[in-house]
Amino acid sequence: MRALVFTLRAVPAQRLDLAPLKPDQLLGLSEGKIAATELQTTRERLCAGDVFKIRMGDATQIRFDGGSERFDHIGAGMSQGEISIDGDVGNQAGRLMRGGRLAVAGNAGPWAASGMTGGTLAISGHVGERLGGPLSGETVGMRGGVVVVRGDAGARAGDRMRRGMIIVEGKAGIHAGSRMIAGTLIVRGRTGRLPGYLMSRGTIVTLDGSDALSPTFADSGVHEFVTNILMASYVQAYSPEIAVMLRRPWRRLLGDMAVIGKGEIFCPPVTN
Amino acid sequence: MSQLTVNGIRVDDTFAEAFGMRATALTITAHNAAWARQAAVTMTGFATSVIGCGCEAGIDCVLNPDETPDGRPGVRVLLFAVSTSELQKQLQNRVGQCVLTSPGSACYAGLEAEERLKLGNALRFFGDGWQVSKRFGDKRYWRVPVMDGEFVCDATTGLSRTAVGGGNIIVMGTTAQTTLAATELAVEAIGTVPNVIMPFPGGIARSGSKIGSKYKGVTASTNDAYCPTLKGSGNSALDADIASVLEIVIDGLSSDAVAAAMRAGVGAILALGPERGAVRIGAGNYGGKLGSHHYHLKDLLP
Repeated sequence: MRALVFTLRAVPAQRLDLAPLKPDQLLGLSEGKIAATELQTTRERLCAGDVFKIRMGDATQIRFDGGSERFDHIGAGMSQGEISIDGDVGNQAGRLMRGGRLAVAGNAGPWAASGMTGGTLAISGHVGERLGGPLSGETVGMRGGVVVVRGDAGARAGDRMRRGMIIVEGKAGIHAGSRMIAGTLIVRGRTGRLPGYLMSRGTIVTLDGSDALSPTFADSGVHEFVTNILMASYVQAYSPEIAVMLRRPWRRLLGDMAVIGKGEIFCPPVTN
Repeated sequence: MSQLTVNGIRVDDTFAEAFGMRATALTITAHNAAWARQAAVTMTGFATSVIGCGCEAGIDCVLNPDETPDGRPGVRVLLFAVSTSELQKQLQNRVGQCVLTSPGSACYAGLEAEERLKLGNALRFFGDGWQVSKRFGDKRYWRVPVMDGEFVCDATTGLSRTAVGGGNIIVMGTTAQTTLAATELAVEAIGTVPNVIMPFPGGIARSGSKIGSKYKGVTASTNDAYCPTLKGSGNSALDADIASVLEIVIDGLSSDAVAAAMRAGVGAILALGPERGAVRIGAGNYGGKLGSHHYHLKDLLP
């Protein structure tokens, strides 16, 4: 069956909350009810039919033709199906996502995958700061699922991450994996200053090294890790090039010793 | 006992009686095939019979690097016990003492099932706080620091409640040499059948047992009816020409696997013929009242 398609009529005049346009909420709805779904974030009422031209189809396969950095909360809380966006999205894409697949062809804003517990979020462009991180007042960030960013990630990617995997094929900003509790963050490109800042547990892989490592990480030498082969097998489906690299020997740094020091950073054998 | 004759070999019209058991499987890997095998051999040592060893265990097959989770050479082992609690205890002790200790080893679930047994979840405490849990998708591993690196282990492995233990073939010949030759050939043939093990030394038991004893407290004793040196004692099941008897005991993850193994073993013995191998094939049972699985030899002929 063909996909349910939302075609952007014009750049919206206000930020939009697109959380309601997910398979969980649209399954079984008529075109009229979908068109009447409210998306506004200001006092000015704005419905899906005002913003998009709608072509009915399978609500488990949703496609947005055209994106905007004003598309906030896209795929938020989704648990099934697939949403693909042919463009950029705004804040908190895939926030609290529980399952299914969310694919963004452009860039994504901050707090993408925030509090995510399952499913897959794929971003072809760059992503803003605090990828997978918690919002203010929350104690835990991403708790499951897989995030793949083909471009760069902003500061504090994987902040307070608890479970799951984040793969960044580009560069990552400062403090990648800050305050990590567990889970895995892999950065293919250069990582900014002080990765793993105050991480307690978890794994950060900086395949191209970082701009500066905290002195509160202890060097435990270069080793061949069976775990990294298992990680490579898992990563293979998402990023084959990174999977090949993971199978090599890597230097392991233990930390952050400023907290309990049970986390680890894998970095190139010759640190630079 | 009525018999059929196939290729000059007498086949008893009888059946092997086997029992339902709990079982699990593991994949053990190491830097190379020799060390993977060493870990598996050590772990499955002293595991010939639940009567005295707590479990029955053995190597199911050798795995190529492309068949193991970490891409290294491996071996698949099977463990069988009479209860889930005993199987858990044996698994934990044997992996902890024999696989964890073996250079370069890693240990993974070799059986996927809804019910689980603790593997790394039980062994992780060896890490004394330095152990690390790692989850990739729905698989959870434990990494325990050891002196040559890390011991990596699946958190759990699958439990089968439909396993079968005690499939058997009794091989009878006119000399020890021909009987052993026929039995070795059968063991080799059974070795190609997946999901089964033959837990006795080299797959062969020369001291088949019967239930009970004249002595109080002894649960099993020699199968005197099949001891050639007791022919003429009045209770012998052996013909005048039989001078040696060996038994192959088979445990499998399913009844079909045990039947396939017995079929392979019987077929190999029959193909060898009576001059160079066995002159008679039988099977052990307890009258059919104890075990729920019966494998009639006449149904297993090629």
